[in-house]
Amino acid sequence: MSGVPAAPPRPWRAHLTRPLVLIALFAAALALAAWSGSGYAPTLIARTAILALAAVSLSFLIGQAGLVSFGHAAPLGIGAYVVLIAGEYGITNALVLAPLGFAAAAAWSAGTGVIALRTRGVYFIMITLAFAQMLFYVAGSLSAFGGDDGLGIAARSTLFGARFLRTDTELAICAIALLGAALLALERLAAAPFGLMLRTARANEEKLAALGLDPFGHRLLALAAAGGVAGLSGVLLANQVEYVSPATMNWHVSGELIVMVVLGGTTRLGGAVIGAVIVMAIDETLGHFTEYWKFGLGLVILFAVLLRGAEVRGLLRGAAHG
Amino acid sequence: MTAALFFSQLLNGLQLGVILFLVAAGLTLVFGVMDFINLAHGVQYMLGAYLVAVLSAWSGSFAAGLALGLLAALALGFAMEVLVFRHLTRRDHLEQVLATFGLILVVTEGVRMIFGSAPLPFPVPAVLNGSVTLFAGLNYPVWRLVILAVGLAVAVLLWVLVNHTRAGMRVRAGSTHPEMVSALGVDIDRLFLFVFAFGAMLAGLAGAMAGPLVSVEPTMGDKVLILAFVVVVIGGIGSIKGAFLAAILVGLVDTMGRAFLPDLLRALVGKSAAATAGPTLSSMLIYLLMALVLSFRPSGLFGGRPS
Repeated sequence: MSGVPAAPPRPWRAHLTRPLVLIALFAAALALAAWSGSGYAPTLIARTAILALAAVSLSFLIGQAGLVSFGHAAPLGIGAYVVLIAGEYGITNALVLAPLGFAAAAAWSAGTGVIALRTRGVYFIMITLAFAQMLFYVAGSLSAFGGDDGLGIAARSTLFGARFLRTDTELAICAIALLGAALLALERLAAAPFGLMLRTARANEEKLAALGLDPFGHRLLALAAAGGVAGLSGVLLANQVEYVSPATMNWHVSGELIVMVVLGGTTRLGGAVIGAVIVMAIDETLGHFTEYWKFGLGLVILFAVLLRGAEVRGLLRGAAHG
Repeated sequence: MTAALFFSQLLNGLQLGVILFLVAAGLTLVFGVMDFINLAHGVQYMLGAYLVAVLSAWSGSFAAGLALGLLAALALGFAMEVLVFRHLTRRDHLEQVLATFGLILVVTEGVRMIFGSAPLPFPVPAVLNGSVTLFAGLNYPVWRLVILAVGLAVAVLLWVLVNHTRAGMRVRAGSTHPEMVSALGVDIDRLFLFVFAFGAMLAGLAGAMAGPLVSVEPTMGDKVLILAFVVVVIGGIGSIKGAFLAAILVGLVDTMGRAFLPDLLRALVGKSAAATAGPTLSSMLIYLLMALVLSFRPSGLFGGRPS
């Protein structure tokens, strides 16, 4: 992760174009799906936008702060469990659930972050993974909320009793809007001095320390912000599936989120959206042919990483010159 | 709490500990020597269980199955290193995480394609089936004692290998000062190849030992992998001694916590509160232990390099 130069400062409006283009594309896809009358396409678009939201928040951590969290399924799952647990107590108002999901997930990420941030590199990866796995087992022991099997949510979220999420198209609109808002907010945060501090700390922590600056607070805040956004994604996910189980927090989910972030590229947050679309596309196409679609996904990941190696680039260059 | 129950849980804890040690030993050395994060180590544990189960059934003898299975696990370790892992050393941790995650998906789904999702039958070898009376009131399964003995024997063997042989010296040096060892003319890539393959075989041995006790299924490596991570983090990356002590500690805390914490809570806070908090708290114990250790020693109990 070393030697990454901090991006040069740009006028902050320049950060708006790419998110807006992505959101416009999502909206166009949804409009097309609604016009064609397909029942399945809006569900797929909603799901993609929801996972993209979680992936964007992780991309902020990995790309900006250089914090490779392998436990991002935990805040996602917390958001989902907030919907389930609050629903059991009769709370379905989205204006309560969304802030609650954000706050609970942010609190978890910051709380575990205080310990995880004491470490670096491989340790950080393993500790975030272990904490997320702890939450996975805790969720499995909540017998009042379905234990290992999970539980269906009482009802989709409402606005003061008004049911505004009756169809997956309505849910997709919500998810796309939140994805857009998160992209803009996180892009803005990355362009601010806050983001500069994170990138500098990632590139050369010693130099920062020599300047008398400690990035701990910034990193903790970045973890909390990213966790909160993942929590929002979890709130949406629970509404989409209408079912919450510990499987939401399985470490494979964390792994798939990392896959989305890296396949799409970490230099820009929008990359994670493209990565989410790629993974969902692989899921959809291969999933139709075989139940073993993850075999194909694994191969794609393996080759994507291995072929990024210098040997192949050299080989191609040699072929081009020869 | 009777003495018999206490001792049987103590032995169970120790037995989980040595299994974890077998898995964590290879993991910690691969981390240490090459600063390499290998998520696919749990897959090697799973493959070991499958190989030994299938080869025992095929040859009709557990001993032959075990010998062939371990050789096959070693060969697979070499193959994986040559095909995948050597292209990832000195790359970014993120890329290692990604590639080994991809490898997990490929191998796990591959095994599922061949054997299906249902658990594979893996009976305890007939000679070692049954139980012995350790003292009045405590009958303990022979197979679990065998696991303990094998685990401890391997620990001693590893200790001799790492501390008293020339190859072990290189591994120790390589896990703390890889650049210096490389500068002194040791081929560190070759060292890594052997450490990796040997670690894969140890994980395979752990899988074969645990096979008759747990269900042999494609995802059996997942849980062990995370526990092995906890062990490596607590023990300190690259330290065999740390891995051993941490593995025993984690095995004991996890087993004893699950066995006795609910009863303890019942005595302290009453029945209904204990019924909900007991299972939750006991499944969190080892992670709390990890958090506690890291608060005081961020690079683990015996971590050489501040990471």
